[in-house]
Amino acid sequence: MYVAVKGGEAAIDNAHRLLAEIRRGDPAVPDLTVAQIREQMRLLVDRVMTEGSLYDPDLAALALKQARGDVVEAVFLVRAYRTTLPRFGATEALDTGAMTLARRISATFKDLPGGQVLGPTFDYTHRLVDFALAAGAVPGPAAEAEPEADAAACPRVTDLLGQAGLLEPSPPDDGAPVGDLTREPVDYPADRAVRLQGLARGDEGFILALGYSTQRGYGRNHPFVGEIRVGTVELDFTPEELGFPVSLGTVDMTECQMINQFHGHGAVPPQFTRGYGLVFGQGERKAMAMALVDRSLRAAELGEAVVVPAQDQEFVLAHCDSLQATGFVEHMKLPHYVDFQAELDLVRRLRAEHAARTAEPDEPTLREAAE
Amino acid sequence: MPHDLARQFAHGFADPVHEGQAVFRAAMEALSRPGRIRPLDTPLMPPAPLTPELAALALALTDADTPVWLDAPLRAEPAVAGFLRFHTGAPIVASPGQAAFALIADPARCPAFADFAQGTPAYPDASATLILAVETLSDAAGPAFAGPGIRGTVRLDAGPLPADWASRWAANQASFPLGIDCLLVAPGRLAGLPRSARPVTPEATPCT
Amino acid sequence: MNPQITTSPGTGYNFAYLDEGTKRMIRRAILKAIAIPGYQVPFAAREMPMPYGWGTGGVQVTAAILGASDVLKVIDQGADDTTNAVSIRRFFTATAGIATTTRTAEATVIQTRHRIPEAPLAEGQVLVYQVPIPEPLRFLEPRETETRQLHALAEYGLMHVKLYEDIARHGHIATTYAYPVEVAGRYVMDPSPTPKFDNPKMDDCPALQLFGAGREKRIYAIPPYTRVRSLDFEDHPFRVQSFDRPCALCGAEDVYLDEVVLDDAGGRMFVCSDTDHCETRRADGHTGEAA
Repeated sequence: MYVAVKGGEAAIDNAHRLLAEIRRGDPAVPDLTVAQIREQMRLLVDRVMTEGSLYDPDLAALALKQARGDVVEAVFLVRAYRTTLPRFGATEALDTGAMTLARRISATFKDLPGGQVLGPTFDYTHRLVDFALAAGAVPGPAAEAEPEADAAACPRVTDLLGQAGLLEPSPPDDGAPVGDLTREPVDYPADRAVRLQGLARGDEGFILALGYSTQRGYGRNHPFVGEIRVGTVELDFTPEELGFPVSLGTVDMTECQMINQFHGHGAVPPQFTRGYGLVFGQGERKAMAMALVDRSLRAAELGEAVVVPAQDQEFVLAHCDSLQATGFVEHMKLPHYVDFQAELDLVRRLRAEHAARTAEPDEPTLREAAE
Repeated sequence: MPHDLARQFAHGFADPVHEGQAVFRAAMEALSRPGRIRPLDTPLMPPAPLTPELAALALALTDADTPVWLDAPLRAEPAVAGFLRFHTGAPIVASPGQAAFALIADPARCPAFADFAQGTPAYPDASATLILAVETLSDAAGPAFAGPGIRGTVRLDAGPLPADWASRWAANQASFPLGIDCLLVAPGRLAGLPRSARPVTPEATPCT
Repeated sequence: MNPQITTSPGTGYNFAYLDEGTKRMIRRAILKAIAIPGYQVPFAAREMPMPYGWGTGGVQVTAAILGASDVLKVIDQGADDTTNAVSIRRFFTATAGIATTTRTAEATVIQTRHRIPEAPLAEGQVLVYQVPIPEPLRFLEPRETETRQLHALAEYGLMHVKLYEDIARHGHIATTYAYPVEVAGRYVMDPSPTPKFDNPKMDDCPALQLFGAGREKRIYAIPPYTRVRSLDFEDHPFRVQSFDRPCALCGAEDVYLDEVVLDDAGGRMFVCSDTDHCETRRADGHTGEAA
């Protein structure tokens, strides 16, 4: 006699126990600590914080450990934790111009006030696998840093260009509340602040590919890296009961200001326009791709035709979130017996009809069989 | 004044999670089955003229995200706004058109429905819910309604209501999917009248 | 504000997981959804501790309506014992401590994915559907800005054209699940990927039907006793699937069946997709050919 499959509950419990064992790996190898991940897998931690929308290196490191290093799964853990946190309010806008710089480069000017600071970058490393690392080599000490550059002496490149009117000004702060797509569903067309939030949370691979597509002709907008700055910014918050800002501490950020050619239209003279990227920690690839896509999504605002995917905010915002994407793609592995049965029934019927039709003219015996 | 102050800080739900849920479920049932009268028990003792039932629905449904409008008698008693602000954090708005919820203690003088947000063709949900404290609520007589949630027809008599209530309601229903939705509360009881409820001629034999 | 919060034993989370502010937001969306049958109300769906696609919309709706005295049933593909149904039921047992059941008749709230129970639902019950793509026009017009206008104008010609093209090509309407319906004569609605076999159960149903789409952030509803009409044409009236054999276990006819592959030689059997319906019938003494 046929017995229906049972025991879902036991199967789930057993799967979880097996997962925990597999996660730990060979017990002869020392257990990875959260601190080790936080310190030595820092770029991964930064990415999880950025896409998880939560600045907490220890939590991101723990999430990575729990997720066996799966970035999207780690982002998921961080996001699910984030939704349960109480909200005290919004901080003051970050002043990235006052950033304590670890790295600062501009591709548009050979030299500029404050200079170029190469900082910790893979850019000019030769990608030769360093087998000494496997042997536990300890690096020599880094070169002594030059005396800390005065932040006032390192103005943002966009501020320098803006003074001459060559670059569109930053939109003024009109005091209007800033949208939050985690608190209200996106209503298209979404304003730039909500778009930037979506892009910052968006999957790095997806944003990278979209940004790349704009460079290859799908909505080219002639970008230049005005500036990338990586460093530490102070975070200020004004509690309702105090009425003045107090410092909450610092966060590490990467900012990219992309400068794009613009021919002007109507009353607007030709000038450079901006694309903006901002992420937690050191995440230049994401910040740059984000800046490209941000500029691209401003097409309608700047009077450009919306024709390519990277200019289409519904396409970009509805598909850039890795959790939404992975959820819907992966849910296909849940049972679909019922729908499939419905399709099976239809296909069988259509096939029977097709067989009857093709058999009809000269093969009456087959027709009978088909019926 | 000390008395008023005390009432302003009258207790909210003793158990916000489960009392809030029970009041919401009553409202959900009421709007799901228009015209059917349901019990609505609440131990709240809010400052008059806010009735316990108005207070219960306000505490269950409103918060900082929902602008609330108060009718003249409720506005006239500052303890009412004090109570609502303290327990819900809802912004009290001056114009009915800004409100997500309107609390109405004097339903006979309920402003024209058109004064409230009707929603838009793209977002008909961006519309007001009116909560009216009536004195009488009966399904034995009164205008008849049909539509979603109603098996056959249902009658709902409430009072006092504006003299032109029937024509107002007909106009409200005619503009569907735009319109306002009503919750009618009487002591210990509740009935819902969503915009989908269509006025009809009462059946010869009352539906039982 | 009142500091007393009821946490569920052992989890540290609020009753039914969601915070009260989120519940209120969802509850308000539910009330508007009921007042405008078939219209998709946007809501600020939260990121839940389970993946999008696993029923986050249904779970949020259930969490928002659930009370301590509710009795919850969770089904996936009609069955109470599929892994995700088990997982969701456990989530609510852990976070809300409520009673659960597999018996359709005993449940006050039934969360479902892909099926409507065979046993008729009753007044006082709420059926909560998990919805992947709430927009019935999405596969005809991918843009939200466009479909929103089409609903505003009640312009559903596109859908009829699609169904008619099916007939022209196949001689049938080739939509077998998520078959579009018109609710209360106004909005065209996606019933979620239930087989069209279940569509007639939505019509004039005594229970309240709520639909939650978490990833797409929409909630919609069918109040009890509401006209739900499956779209069709005069010359091609809507017809449900029919099976040419009864359930092999309980002998039920006129129910939806799962096809079970028994071997690699074409052996297969058909059994009730609704496990509770099948078990109830067998307990009542009904048998099928394989029992």
